[in-house]
Amino acid sequence: MIQEFKKVIKSYVIGMLWLLGLLWPMLGIHPDGTLTFQKTVTVWSYIVAGSFVCLLIYVMKNSGALDFVAKPLAGVSSNLKSASNTLPTWVWIVVILVAACLYPQFTNRYATDVAINVLLYICLGLGLNVVVGLAGMLDLGYIAFYGVGAYTYALLNTVYGVGFWFSLPACALTACIAGCIVGYPTLRMRGDYLAIVTLGFGEIIRLILNNWMSVTNGPNGILGIDRISWFRFVFEDGMTFEHMWVKKLQLFYYFALGLAVFTAIGVNRLNYSRVGRAWESIREDETAAELMGVNTFIYKLLAYAMGAVFAGLAGAFFAARMKFVSPESFTFLESAMVLCMVVLGGMGSIPGIILGVMALIALPEVFREFEAYRMLVFGATMIIMMLFRPAGLIPAKRMGTRSEEKEG
Amino acid sequence: MEYFIQQLINGLTLGGMYALIALGYTMVYGVIQLINFAHGEFFAAGGYIGAIVLAYFAGVGYMESHPIICLTASFMIAMAYCAYLAIGVEKIAYKPLRKQSRLSALLSALGMSIFLSNGMMLTQGVYDAIYPSELFQGRFDFGMISVSYLQVTIVTLTAALLVGLNILVFKTKIGMAMRATAQDKTMSALVAISSNRIISLTFAIGAGLAASAGIMYGLYYGSVKYDMGFVPGIKAFAAAVLGGIGNITGAMLGGLIIGMVEIFGAGYISGEYKDVFAFIILIAVLYFKPTGIMGENIDDTRV
Amino acid sequence: MTQPILELKNIHSGYGSIKALKGVSIRVMPGEVVAIIGANGAGKSTTLMTICGIIAAEQGEVWYDGRMINKVSPEKLPTLGLCQVPEGRRIFPRLSVEENLILGAFYRNDTEAIAKDIQHAYEMFPILGERCNQEGGTLSGGEQQMLAIARALMTKPKVLLLDEPSLGLAPIIVQQIFDIIERINKEDGTTILLVEQNANLALQAAARGYVMETGEISLEDDADALLNNPKIREAYLGE
Repeated sequence: MIQEFKKVIKSYVIGMLWLLGLLWPMLGIHPDGTLTFQKTVTVWSYIVAGSFVCLLIYVMKNSGALDFVAKPLAGVSSNLKSASNTLPTWVWIVVILVAACLYPQFTNRYATDVAINVLLYICLGLGLNVVVGLAGMLDLGYIAFYGVGAYTYALLNTVYGVGFWFSLPACALTACIAGCIVGYPTLRMRGDYLAIVTLGFGEIIRLILNNWMSVTNGPNGILGIDRISWFRFVFEDGMTFEHMWVKKLQLFYYFALGLAVFTAIGVNRLNYSRVGRAWESIREDETAAELMGVNTFIYKLLAYAMGAVFAGLAGAFFAARMKFVSPESFTFLESAMVLCMVVLGGMGSIPGIILGVMALIALPEVFREFEAYRMLVFGATMIIMMLFRPAGLIPAKRMGTRSEEKEG
Repeated sequence: MEYFIQQLINGLTLGGMYALIALGYTMVYGVIQLINFAHGEFFAAGGYIGAIVLAYFAGVGYMESHPIICLTASFMIAMAYCAYLAIGVEKIAYKPLRKQSRLSALLSALGMSIFLSNGMMLTQGVYDAIYPSELFQGRFDFGMISVSYLQVTIVTLTAALLVGLNILVFKTKIGMAMRATAQDKTMSALVAISSNRIISLTFAIGAGLAASAGIMYGLYYGSVKYDMGFVPGIKAFAAAVLGGIGNITGAMLGGLIIGMVEIFGAGYISGEYKDVFAFIILIAVLYFKPTGIMGENIDDTRV
Repeated sequence: MTQPILELKNIHSGYGSIKALKGVSIRVMPGEVVAIIGANGAGKSTTLMTICGIIAAEQGEVWYDGRMINKVSPEKLPTLGLCQVPEGRRIFPRLSVEENLILGAFYRNDTEAIAKDIQHAYEMFPILGERCNQEGGTLSGGEQQMLAIARALMTKPKVLLLDEPSLGLAPIIVQQIFDIIERINKEDGTTILLVEQNANLALQAAARGYVMETGEISLEDDADALLNNPKIREAYLGE
């Protein structure tokens, strides 16, 4: 263990001194012409203490000094795994669904609110997973489709007075069209170029939402969007058609849950279908897929369109939930966040993504006093995941390398 | 006509800044085939350090007596700081992933970008850091056209940095080694070039140039903000792609073109959509000529 | 008996899970020309890449000039006088011929001596002198091979590792290249370890030879003896 420790301690010390050098100019130079060290050293020593503990645990784990803890833990986790394998998957699904259904009955308004947020992000994450995890195309402008869906419902509702359920197909359609528009020119590209172009498209869509004053009301957004309505047939004097607004948050929760379940089933079916296999082949080796007769163009476009549809649906729910949309909600940072959830959970893995969303949406709510550090932790999480566990918390079962990964 | 020339000068100023940022993207991409998402943050960090240092000098009182020395010092310090930052970033977030998939490195870079911009927000606050505006008050007037001293300084400095970089890369042995590393890392190891050092150096130079652009941006627009790295970063990336990624001359040219397009687009078409033009160029270039205007042939997988 | 300048002791290495070398032992004496012959995929190039540290040895030791170099990073080795001309020549394609040569002397700081060595290289390979400002990638295969050797010589090697110098070249050029290899060995006393598929040529140039088969040394003998060995003649010389 001492040996192991010696190996890393030098780079650790250099790294920490390096960090001190980076921190001081930001914290220690003041506009009134004074130089201080107190604050820098305080912040730095917190970081050093924290990272040193992590390092220690890491080294001990590697050198086997933690075996007395790790072994039983590994035993427990393998037991759990075998238990989860012996129980058929549907049992788990039922358990989770029942828990999800009962959840709002036992929690307060705030917790339900957070849960709705989680559910919408699950839809987004699963939709993005179609593009990134299944088809292997990195999309950094994904949130734009969410925005398109949200704005479609907002406009249909505020301008034409169309109800939620009638708008929903339209939202899916416009998002799908947007997906095709973005997808069509980008399909010739691969890898990082694709990422940057989708980012560009995402920003263009946001800028259009932001600047097209006459339609979208620009940065002020659209106010007064109707909630989800619930239809009721009334058969008193003839057949009328009445609707009432869903006022209770709980009901909305169930709608969102329904959407999430629908998305999860959809993505799962897609994954194990002929289309899913085509996507997988494109992800593994696009050239080979093309040579084997997979029409890569159509399938890549389809991946974009499907991803966009899920985002568009989630967007409509978002608009109905907030009763207000503005371009602020659809920035690049949101795209990065959704991507971060997918990456954290495990690309291509549905339970992984659900876990990833919970980790990144629900956990920050628990640690509310550290709100300011939220994005900082997001960024750090992404780096750490890539360094230590690139396949995510729950890696997908069918995972392979992409063609471009093999090259240097 | 006067308006046109005025815009041309504005475009030159802005384009020069984009060129300086674009160089970092293009050099890093040339050497390790990674889009360094955190590069925009180097630009922002440079702007911040410039603001901090200038404010410090003003606080001490040197600013009034020796403005030129203070400004030079702030450039030096910011460039050194960002070079130092970039070397650290590379060692932590990119070096361990060099043999991993490109997607991992890209995501790590994205994480680093978010981390750095929020780190700046936490240390410097969410409000703009103000640059002193009393520097470079005067203007040259040529009839209807007027050029501020600041613009002259920025353009001159940019030109000097670009020329210096060209000399470094194309005339010195270390520049030769950089180009060799970009072309074939195994072979450059076989002729005693340490690729790790060359990569660190590339990051340092790129970040230094971005830092200088950050200060220029701060001086030109009067303030800097923690999230200011994102949009200019993407535009500069568009410039790098337009010039042919990996190509240094191309990045300079691309930066100027993007700057010009933005200024003229804002002046003649629509000011609100000025950010869109750069993105449209980016997409159009990647669609029609992925190798860029000066690009070399790159492998299929890199496109 | 003198110490070998380069010695591989029971080297195992490979790419990930694929084992390319399974216990290779080779000794090269100072001033010798040694050839490794073998079929495609026998592990010849892997041997050279393992010597240079580009591929890490999983097991075994590489000794050079009295020290173990397993842990020495690849870019240090040329400074110690161990240099490789890799398979496929690997000229820096977008650097000029002269720049390629200058980079060969990257670790050296003696500007005058470098200039002299470049002149010397141009004397040895006049065609390179004619094309000194042309980009490396625009040269023909034979010229590239010459440039690769000239570039390696710029590092002032004590031991030169040559990987398939005849690959893809016209017979007349191949003869030229081998003449040069002989000259380097005779004039500068440079030790040469040569990897070749063209067994006939390689064994004629070398004093000793190793035969490699699927990651192992199957035979080791004087070059003449190998040339006359009926099995070798059958397997590698096409008789």
